[in-house]
Amino acid sequence: MEQNVWLTDAVGRAGTDPSTIVRSFASAGRHCDDPVAARTKLLLALPAEVLPHWLDDLYRHGDAGEKLAVLTALPELPIGDEAVPLLHDAIRTNDTRLLAAALGPYARRLDQHAWRHAVLKCVFLAVPLSEVADLDDRADRELTEMLAALRAEREAAGRRLPPDALRLLDPIP
Amino acid sequence: MRILDPHIHMTSRTTDDYERMAAAGVRAVVEPAFWLGQPRTNPGSFADYFDSLVGWEPFRAAQFGIRHHATIALNPKEANDPRCRPVLDLVPRYLDKDSVVAVGEIGYDSMTPEEDDAFTRQLALAVEHELPALVHTPHRDKAHGVKRTLDVVRESGIDPGRVVVDHLNEVTVAAVHESGCWMGFSIYPDTKMSPPRMVEILREHGLDRVLVNSAADWGKSDPLLTVRTGEAMLAAGFSEDDVDRVLWRNPVEFYGQSGRLDLSDVAGTGPLFEGSSILRGGS
Repeated sequence: MEQNVWLTDAVGRAGTDPSTIVRSFASAGRHCDDPVAARTKLLLALPAEVLPHWLDDLYRHGDAGEKLAVLTALPELPIGDEAVPLLHDAIRTNDTRLLAAALGPYARRLDQHAWRHAVLKCVFLAVPLSEVADLDDRADRELTEMLAALRAEREAAGRRLPPDALRLLDPIP
Repeated sequence: MRILDPHIHMTSRTTDDYERMAAAGVRAVVEPAFWLGQPRTNPGSFADYFDSLVGWEPFRAAQFGIRHHATIALNPKEANDPRCRPVLDLVPRYLDKDSVVAVGEIGYDSMTPEEDDAFTRQLALAVEHELPALVHTPHRDKAHGVKRTLDVVRESGIDPGRVVVDHLNEVTVAAVHESGCWMGFSIYPDTKMSPPRMVEILREHGLDRVLVNSAADWGKSDPLLTVRTGEAMLAAGFSEDDVDRVLWRNPVEFYGQSGRLDLSDVAGTGPLFEGSSILRGGS
């Protein structure tokens, strides 16, 4: 990213006075060409001990762009399981951008039941499964059975599953 | 015909409406926060509503190729309920959002002291956040309400060029024209304003500082009455460029004052290839 005076200043203030991130995080889209990258820098500038609090606050009070930035940044941040509830929220929405972002590398902290349902929802909402991190390693028999059932419903209605979902039903020979 | 509907409550509309609007030339909308028919009783209801105006609804609009922006405020009607007053403390955080292009709808419903206070405080928020203001005018006792509205706007110190006074008619247009504020007209099937009457007002007062909207919501209304007004203008001898000015370039100019209007990909060009495509940025 090009040198951005506004961002440099905002990052500096986030480190010394974390509450300033409320306004800088919201307005980053108007000051930076790549708002997701800029917002990630702001989050990385927060003192680690207050990071979980502000992640929750910025996500809960964020517009779609801010929510997307929080979810996208999660794998790069020094946190444990604290942000898993944000994934549950994003997976509940029908905003396909948020659903996809919730299934990045941080989703390894999701329990298997929630993860399977999220993958199934991707298929249902036509989110490409290439967005799902660790898909091949994590896909299990129960997910395969859920997808097979969805395929049966679709075929009964004269519709098909997308190829990336069908692939999971066809074990490599 | 390309259209930015500067006042429409899409939350109350169906996907069929989005399809018909897109097919008819509506490329962008501004959705003001207002009341939902059923009065709300706590600030949390407003937070969820505001969240949908900067979250779900823009996503929904984008499925149909329509760009969605919002205005945020505690509306005058619900400003009268003490249980909703704390909403005024929620508003500032939303005014920082990228897709929020004005403070609104603010103004008067029944002209109570509570409405006075909410109106004044939110005009000050518009100044503080460098945003335009969308001012609703009362449906009852309208002429008196418009006069008082203009007095409050004047005393607030906000630049009148950053204020639109909405829901005007033949009786109230002259005072707003004289004030330097923008003039908003809501074209309705039976009530507020009709396409033929709108054409007469344009003939008499000109095209400067005029915004034409459908104000379509959960009541009897029609999201295509902006289009019908454009057609009535053409039938009455206005040029295609005149129509583009009223239905596209005027609202782009007004809300563009926020510095946050993002019409990349949807603006295209006007009939004379001089359309102003205001991209994100500015202030």
